[in-house]
Amino acid sequence: MTDRASSALHRRDFVRLLGGGIIVLFTTDLSELLGQESRTRGYPTDFNAYLRIAADGRVTVWSGKIEMGQGVVTSLAQMAADELGVPLDAIDMVMGDTALCPYDAGTWGSMSTRFFGPALRGAAAEARAVLLSLASERMKVPADALRAADGVISSASDPKLRVTYGELAKGQKIVRTLDGKAVLKSVSQFRVMGRPEKRRDAREKVTGKALFAGDVRVPGMLYAKLLRPPAHGAVRKSLDTSAAARVPGALVVDEAGLVAVLHRDPEAAEKALALVKAEWDVPAPAFDDRSVFDHLLAAGGEGQESEKKGDLAEGTRKATALFEGKYLNGYGAHAPMETHTSLARFADGTMTVWAATQTPFGTQQAVSQALGLPKESVRVITPFVGGGFGGKSAGPQSVEAAKLAKATGKPVQVSWSRAEEFFLDTFRPAAVVKIRSGLDGDGRICLWDYGVWAAGSRGAEQFYDVPNNLLRSYGRWGSDTPKMHLFATGPWRAPGANINVFARESQIDRMAAAAKADPLEFRLRNTSDKRMRSVLEAAASRFGWKKAAGPSGRGVGIGCGIDAGTYVALIAEVKVDAASGKVTVSRVVAAQDMGVVINPDGATMQMEGCIMMGLGYTLSEEVRFSGGKIHTRNFDTYEIPRFSGMPVLETVLVKNDELSPQGGGEPALVPVGAAVANAVFDATGARLFEMPFTPARVKEALAAGKKTPA
Amino acid sequence: MPDSIAFRLNGKPVRLDVDGDRSLLWVLRTDLGLTGTKYGCGASLCGACTVVVGTEAVRSCQLPVKAVRGKDVTTIEGLERDGKLHPLQEAFADAGGLQCGFCTPGMIMNAYALLLKTPKPSRSQIVTAMDDNLCRCAAHHRIVTAIEQASARTGGAK
Repeated sequence: MTDRASSALHRRDFVRLLGGGIIVLFTTDLSELLGQESRTRGYPTDFNAYLRIAADGRVTVWSGKIEMGQGVVTSLAQMAADELGVPLDAIDMVMGDTALCPYDAGTWGSMSTRFFGPALRGAAAEARAVLLSLASERMKVPADALRAADGVISSASDPKLRVTYGELAKGQKIVRTLDGKAVLKSVSQFRVMGRPEKRRDAREKVTGKALFAGDVRVPGMLYAKLLRPPAHGAVRKSLDTSAAARVPGALVVDEAGLVAVLHRDPEAAEKALALVKAEWDVPAPAFDDRSVFDHLLAAGGEGQESEKKGDLAEGTRKATALFEGKYLNGYGAHAPMETHTSLARFADGTMTVWAATQTPFGTQQAVSQALGLPKESVRVITPFVGGGFGGKSAGPQSVEAAKLAKATGKPVQVSWSRAEEFFLDTFRPAAVVKIRSGLDGDGRICLWDYGVWAAGSRGAEQFYDVPNNLLRSYGRWGSDTPKMHLFATGPWRAPGANINVFARESQIDRMAAAAKADPLEFRLRNTSDKRMRSVLEAAASRFGWKKAAGPSGRGVGIGCGIDAGTYVALIAEVKVDAASGKVTVSRVVAAQDMGVVINPDGATMQMEGCIMMGLGYTLSEEVRFSGGKIHTRNFDTYEIPRFSGMPVLETVLVKNDELSPQGGGEPALVPVGAAVANAVFDATGARLFEMPFTPARVKEALAAGKKTPA
Repeated sequence: MPDSIAFRLNGKPVRLDVDGDRSLLWVLRTDLGLTGTKYGCGASLCGACTVVVGTEAVRSCQLPVKAVRGKDVTTIEGLERDGKLHPLQEAFADAGGLQCGFCTPGMIMNAYALLLKTPKPSRSQIVTAMDDNLCRCAAHHRIVTAIEQASARTGGAK
C-alpha cells in the first residue's frame, strides 16, 4: 500500500468517526508537515487541526496546542469566532489531547498566533463560505445577497428571511480541506478580533477548579518519589532499599535504573525514600559557574558563519575607534510555579498520561518508545499547564510515571519536588558573546564582528546599517552540542535572544557614549529599518526622552530587538545604590510592533509579563553549580521577580495593520537586560558585562568604572 | 499515629483520622480532594499553598494538620458563595491578574487575609503583604490592580 493510499484510507476512517455537521480540516504551517513521520500511526497526515459546526450551532476547534498561561485558549477562539461570524461564547476549544486532536509539534516560539492563527482563520472563513452556499440554496437567495453574523445567515434585503448555523449544519456531513484560498477578513471588518477580551480560563483559575496535571485524581493512585543522583554524571555503586520497603504502605520499585518509592501519601513516599541507602561515584568537577565561560569558548569548535557582508579588514581599516566587548550570562532555570508533573494509568493495554507538557505528541512518542508500546496505545492528555517558558518542551517525568505505572499496575503520579525541578530542568545554557566593532569618523558603525558561544544566534541578526558585518555562532544547547554542557540544557523563553540583545545593545551604547551621542539618536542614525525606528520613536515619545549623551547621571537606558517577527524598544529608568550595589528599576516603557493585534488585552498582558520576568534574568537569576552538582535548590537561592521589584510599567502597541499578526509571548523579554545595563551606565558610568547584575557585580563594575571612565 | 482531628473547613465541620504530623497541604489535596491549594516549593518560599487559618494567611506545605485542630480553615474552594464569586476572584478575573493560574489560589488567599485585616490597603501595603507570593508568569501589576479593585468594591473581604 502506498503512503497516499494509506493516508486516504485513514482519512476515510477518521472522517467516519467524526460526528455530523460541517467540518473543515486544515494544516497550520509547513513546518508541521516535517513532523509527519512521528505522527500517530493511523491518523490522517494532510491536516493537523480542524473545526466543526454541529447541529446545535456550537463550534469546536481541535488542536494539539496547549494553554500554559499565554492565552491562546482565548485568542484562538477569538479568531475562529470572528471569521465564522459567531459569538465568542459559541466556540469550544479541545486542546492537547493526542486521542482527540491531530498531531501538533508543540507549543513554543510565539508561533500559535503567528502560524496557527491564519490557518484557523482560513478554516473558519471556509466554513462560513460553506454555510453561505447552503443558505443560498435553502433560501433561494444568491450568496452575495446574504449576511452572516452571530451564528445566523439572513437576507440583506429581508432580515426576517433567516436561518441559523445549527439549522444549516443539521443532518449534514460536509468535510472540506482548506486549500489556502479562503479570504480572510481585513482589520476593518474585525468584530471579535482586535477587541480586548478577558481570559476565557479566568473563572476556573480563580476558583481553584482549573485542573493541572497534579490535580487529576484516579482511584488507587500512588505518588512516586524517585532516587536521584547527588550530581549529574554520578554513577551508583550500591543500593539498599530494605528500610524503605518496611515502611507501611510503601512500594519500592527498582527496575532498569529507576529506583522509586510509591505511597498513597506523597509525604510518606518522600520520608521512605530518605531511608533508601545509595552510594555514588561523583566525577571531579570539570568546571563551575565561574569557570564555565572559558570552557564554552574552548568547546565551541569551528562555529557557523552567517550574515557575511563586506570585508571585516576594510571595516577595521576605516574605523577611527574600535571597541571590544565580552558579555557573559550563566545558566538559567525555567522555574515554572508548577513543577514537572504527570499521572500515568495503564489499563486494558492503553497507557493514559495526564502531563504538564508543551509537547503532548512528543510525550506520546517518548512514552511509546520507552515502554515499547505502539503509539495508538499511548494517550497523552494535557490539562492546564502551570507555566512552561520552554522548560516543559521535554517531559521525562511522563516516562517515569508511565514506567512505574506499568511496573506496578497502579496509577502513578510523578511530581518533581522543587529541588528536583532545579536539578533536572533543561537550563538556559550559559553563554558568551564577543563583539569587535568600529565607528567611522561620521559616527556610523563601519565594523561588526560578532561571535556567540552556546546561545545560538537568535536575536543577534543585524538591523543596524553596517557595511562590514559577520555573525558567528559556536554551539547551542540540548542534543546539538552535548559536550558543551554537564547537564540538560534547552530552550528558555526567547532562546538565546536575551544574551544576544544584551550584548549587542550594550556594545551599541558604548559606541554611542564614545561618540558623545545621545543613545536614541545614535541608534536612529545607524538604522534605516522603518519598523525599528518607529518602535524606538514610540517608546521615546511615551517616555518623554530628552536627548543627552551618556553617562548623564539620570539613569535611563534603551534596548531594542526583533523577536518572532515582532519589533520592540524598551526604555528603563534605574536607581543604583553605590554602597550596596543594588539596582532598582523604577520605570519601564516598552513599544512593540507585532502587526495586527488579535487581543490587545492579551498582548499587553504578555508584554508586561515579559518585562517583569525579564527583570529576573537581568538582576538576580543564576544557577550555581560545581561540575554536575547543582547548588541551587529552591527560591531562596534562585531569586525570581517579586512585587517589591515592580517598576512603573507602560506599554505601547504600535499600530501596524498592514502586517499579519506576529509573535507576542517573548519579544518584550529580549531587550530588558540591555535597557537596564545601559541605564546603570547612564546613572554611574559603570559598564556591566555579565548578567545578572547582582549587587556584587555592580559594586565591582563601579570600582572598575572609577579607574577607566566611560 | 492516626489521630482524630476536627476543624472547620470552608465553613463546614470536618473530622479526620490522620497522622497529625502530615502537612495540611497534602491532607487537603489527597484525603479531602481539594486540589485548588498547590504545591510550589515545599519550603514556605513561594506561597502557592497559602490558605487562611482564622484570619491569618499560612503556608499549608509546612503546617502540620494537627495545628488547625478546632480552627477555621478557608481554602480557595471556600470563597465562592452560592455560585457567586468573591469580589477578589471577580477582580482577579476582570483585571487579568493571572496567566497560567498556578499561583492564583495562593495569591487570592493571601490577598483575602490582607483585606480581612486591612480592608483599604495602600499600594505599598499590598506590595509588602504579597511580596513572598511568587508568580513566574509575572502578572504582578495586574494582581495589585485586582486587589485594589476588590478593596474598592467591598471595603474589604466579606
